[in-house]
Amino acid sequence: MAIKTKFELKPGPATREAFGRVLVELGRENRDIVVCDADLSKSTMTTYFAKEFPDRFISCGIAEANMVGIAAGLAYAGKIPFASSFSAFVVNKGFEQMRVAIAYPNVNVKIVGTHSGISIGEDGPSQMSVEETSLACSLPGFIVIAPADESSTKALIRQAAAHVGPVFVRTGRVKAPIVYNGGQTFEIGKAVEVIEGSDVTVIANGLLVAEAIRAAEALDAEGISVRVLDMHTVKPLDSEAIRRAAVETGAIVVAEEHLVDGGLGVRVAQSVVEQAPVPMEFVGIQNTYAESGQPEELLEKYGLVARDVIAATRKVLARKK
Amino acid sequence: MSKSLQELEDIAKRVRRDIVQMTGAAKSGHPGGSLSAVELIVELYFDYMHIDPQNPKWPDRDRFILSKGHAAPVLYSVMAEAGFTPKDQLNTLRKLGSIYQGHPDIRFIPSLEASTGSLGGGVSLALGMGLAARLDGRQFRTYVMLGDGEIQEGQVWEGAMFGSYHKVDNVVAIVDYNGIQLDGFVKDIMEVAPLADKWRSFGWHTLEIDGHDLAAVRKAYAEAEATKGKPTAIVAHTIKGKGVSFMENNPKFHGVAPTPAEVELALKELQ
Repeated sequence: MAIKTKFELKPGPATREAFGRVLVELGRENRDIVVCDADLSKSTMTTYFAKEFPDRFISCGIAEANMVGIAAGLAYAGKIPFASSFSAFVVNKGFEQMRVAIAYPNVNVKIVGTHSGISIGEDGPSQMSVEETSLACSLPGFIVIAPADESSTKALIRQAAAHVGPVFVRTGRVKAPIVYNGGQTFEIGKAVEVIEGSDVTVIANGLLVAEAIRAAEALDAEGISVRVLDMHTVKPLDSEAIRRAAVETGAIVVAEEHLVDGGLGVRVAQSVVEQAPVPMEFVGIQNTYAESGQPEELLEKYGLVARDVIAATRKVLARKK
Repeated sequence: MSKSLQELEDIAKRVRRDIVQMTGAAKSGHPGGSLSAVELIVELYFDYMHIDPQNPKWPDRDRFILSKGHAAPVLYSVMAEAGFTPKDQLNTLRKLGSIYQGHPDIRFIPSLEASTGSLGGGVSLALGMGLAARLDGRQFRTYVMLGDGEIQEGQVWEGAMFGSYHKVDNVVAIVDYNGIQLDGFVKDIMEVAPLADKWRSFGWHTLEIDGHDLAAVRKAYAEAEATKGKPTAIVAHTIKGKGVSFMENNPKFHGVAPTPAEVELALKELQ
């Protein structure tokens, strides 16, 4: 079964840019949308919202713990707050508040982390977030989303706003290849089958969806049929799509721009083990912090490109049967 | 709900009796910091705040957040006395299935304004509520009570900076300045003095009062309401364990419940 459509994967806007743009649309549609930022609005792109709705943009200064608490207070009083900063700061410095002020009482706050993963590049590991998906997923009731490109980010941020309850969305700094050219619908908790396939499944999110597509195309040329799933929602997982992948393709690779510990991979593995155990391989950051460099150089060095997905796929296929 | 001073004093005494009995029955809990906060909270719930136990989620109600969540017994007693929650279940405090959880939990008591218990968080919540009131053009005020040990948490000061910068003048922070925290006297653990100066320097209108003087407490809430352009901090000088001689100023009763014999002794003093 050859791949039907060729993906161009043209460079598109960064997912943080898509977040900033859709936030303005949401602000126009709903007066209860308010935005908190911690002195990074020009980077998180909440600056667009700040310009159009200065009264509903709340500058919190470099104080993420308080910002998350402020957002919780706003939500308790009926607002729909989006609190945003780099993932490395808002989740790590605001984690206790995400736990006690948001998750535990189940308060309607949206946390959007930007500059996630190592592809932020030159700024280096203190600014790179490689743990936050694991942390956010550990909080009962939190929905955790890592979209791949512009249109999926916009759609899923809209869904986050409409959902009543805590949501964390992981976005990135660099231009994200365009995976979806319109027409695709997105739903929290529903994986998108980007490419049909029958020999093996690659489950990915964020920037790794494009890498998975490149890998699938390369393997397709060799006659290997690779299913690609965009598992944009890390929690709750689409366990039915995972079950089908396990049963129908018999081998699974998970690829993410996050530490392998506690990320999408281990969550998918748990689901696979519960439903239909099959061989699995994992593409992700291995128990280390990265370094400064250009985003492409870093993704290459730390094993997060199509080459690595292909290698993991060959390995898992060798283990199959 | 306005009440006379005598009525408020009677309520305060009943609340103190509840605190002793509840923590005694639970065999754990925090009686000392509950007893120190009695007048400050009784004055709010029975005199100053606009609230309606029949309509606890009324959007324009005033709000109270117990940031020092370990003082839950005082809040539970007051809320039960005010008619928000059942009085006859107070002695189920901290027991499995009780709505009176160890620290305030909005999942069990929806008429609470927030779940608290991890120190340092309440000021941020109150300021968020205050901002929401301003955005929506509502007149409600939000009160948040902190412990003096609690203000060692950095988040409190992030919030303090935020509150004055954003001129959240519908928020009042009340510091229950009883001088004792879990490990001992505040001055021996991490001195917080000069406390009023700290709040002033962070841009809050700051008052110092005797936190057991109901008239002074009422006057402070009125002065806070009249203060525009900045939030108000009320540094309330209180006595840990107030009202029970052997608990007063005794660090042991920060987080240790009275024994049955001590409960009996305490109730005699609180006749």
